[in-house]
Amino acid sequence: MSSKLYPDAQSALSGLTADNITVMSGGFGLCGIPENLIVGLRDSGAKNLTVIGNNVGCDEHGMWLVLANNQIRKVLASYVGENKILESRYMSGDIEIEFNPQGTLAERIRAGGAGIPAFFTRTGYGTAVAEGKETRQFNGEWYVMETGLTADLSLVKAWKGDTAGNLVYRKTARNFNPMIATAGKVTVAEVEELVPAGTLDPDQIHTPGIFVQRMIVGKSYTKHIERLTTRAREKN
Amino acid sequence: MAWTREQMAARAARELRDGFYVNLGIGIPTLVANVIPQGMTVTLQSENGMLGMGPFPYEGEEDADLINAGKQTITELPQTSYFSSADSFAMIRGGHINLSILGGMQVSETGDLANWMVPGKMIKGMGGAMDLVAGVKRVVVVMDHCEKSGESKFRQICSLPLTGKGVVDLLVTDLAVFEIDRKGSGATLVELADGVTLDEIKAKTEATFAVRLG
Repeated sequence: MSSKLYPDAQSALSGLTADNITVMSGGFGLCGIPENLIVGLRDSGAKNLTVIGNNVGCDEHGMWLVLANNQIRKVLASYVGENKILESRYMSGDIEIEFNPQGTLAERIRAGGAGIPAFFTRTGYGTAVAEGKETRQFNGEWYVMETGLTADLSLVKAWKGDTAGNLVYRKTARNFNPMIATAGKVTVAEVEELVPAGTLDPDQIHTPGIFVQRMIVGKSYTKHIERLTTRAREKN
Repeated sequence: MAWTREQMAARAARELRDGFYVNLGIGIPTLVANVIPQGMTVTLQSENGMLGMGPFPYEGEEDADLINAGKQTITELPQTSYFSSADSFAMIRGGHINLSILGGMQVSETGDLANWMVPGKMIKGMGGAMDLVAGVKRVVVVMDHCEKSGESKFRQICSLPLTGKGVVDLLVTDLAVFEIDRKGSGATLVELADGVTLDEIKAKTEATFAVRLG
């Protein structure tokens, strides 16, 4: 079997990046983002990208690097705060943002990856989100039709991965990564630790290797914390 | 005397019941976690993929892979589980969460909620708010009664873009508590903050409401 493993982000993304493609990227805020692959995407210089993810990084971090390099034309996200460049480009009309309710976004990606073209949800009924969309009544309740999402390229981050591409995420760094892994025509994963196939417990795999085409072992994780909150130790 | 933020959170906490799974929004709702009644088991859900949210970590023990929906570092508990965003919103949209306590910009007498955007200002996005109000069994909104300008935030019709239509069951303000019937039977004033009079509420409220003060 040919290896899914590549030495670095640049080689893993080789032949996959181009102008005008749609890229999905995992993470919630900066938690669980594919740091190395995002830098690789920036270094590829691909322009006019449509980027799908819960957020678009925040000042100085994550997908902000691609944004600051003028590579993004359109964004699908649920929340884009703490991002001054995005704010100014959105207000000036240079970037289009399609706001999706977070659960709708997660389900659109899940559906896209599962071959489901559309579904109905109560979320957003009677709001601006439902404008122009088909609505239908089921059992006396109104629902909005939302479509599945896929991408030319999906970038995900896992804690551990094995040489078969099986992935395990850690704590709340899982978030959007499992669905995004299923929804890319090609999915590239970066892992903190690579182990030989057979090492991970098959019952504990979060993303089966079929969804992962290429992998790298990520380097120099910064894992920047957006809001460090702590409590004082009780005094003895 | 209007209620303080802590008093508003304490009033909202009275909606908790033993065994509830609860999602708390950002702002005053977050304070509800500090006033869960003793002896009551309440499991907090964080929509970024965690059930059983623990307190903030001790300094030096923070973990970048462990945050809540407000992106604050938190800790896990013995009963904690982690899951994907799709599973998280299956809990929310599927009606498995008992109660959500959220902040608001405006609430209408028919239970409409506006809390995600102000036209002309930078839109940050709705995050999970639209899914929460559409899916959670009971929705409590905690907000100030009036704008700083004095304008009532509890209104006949919301002037701001909606987060959900007919989704609010209870409104806790710094002045009073209103029950709202989602099916359109209207709003009822059920409680006054300490020292607040009915006349003051009538003067400061644009919404129409019945009165049933215990």
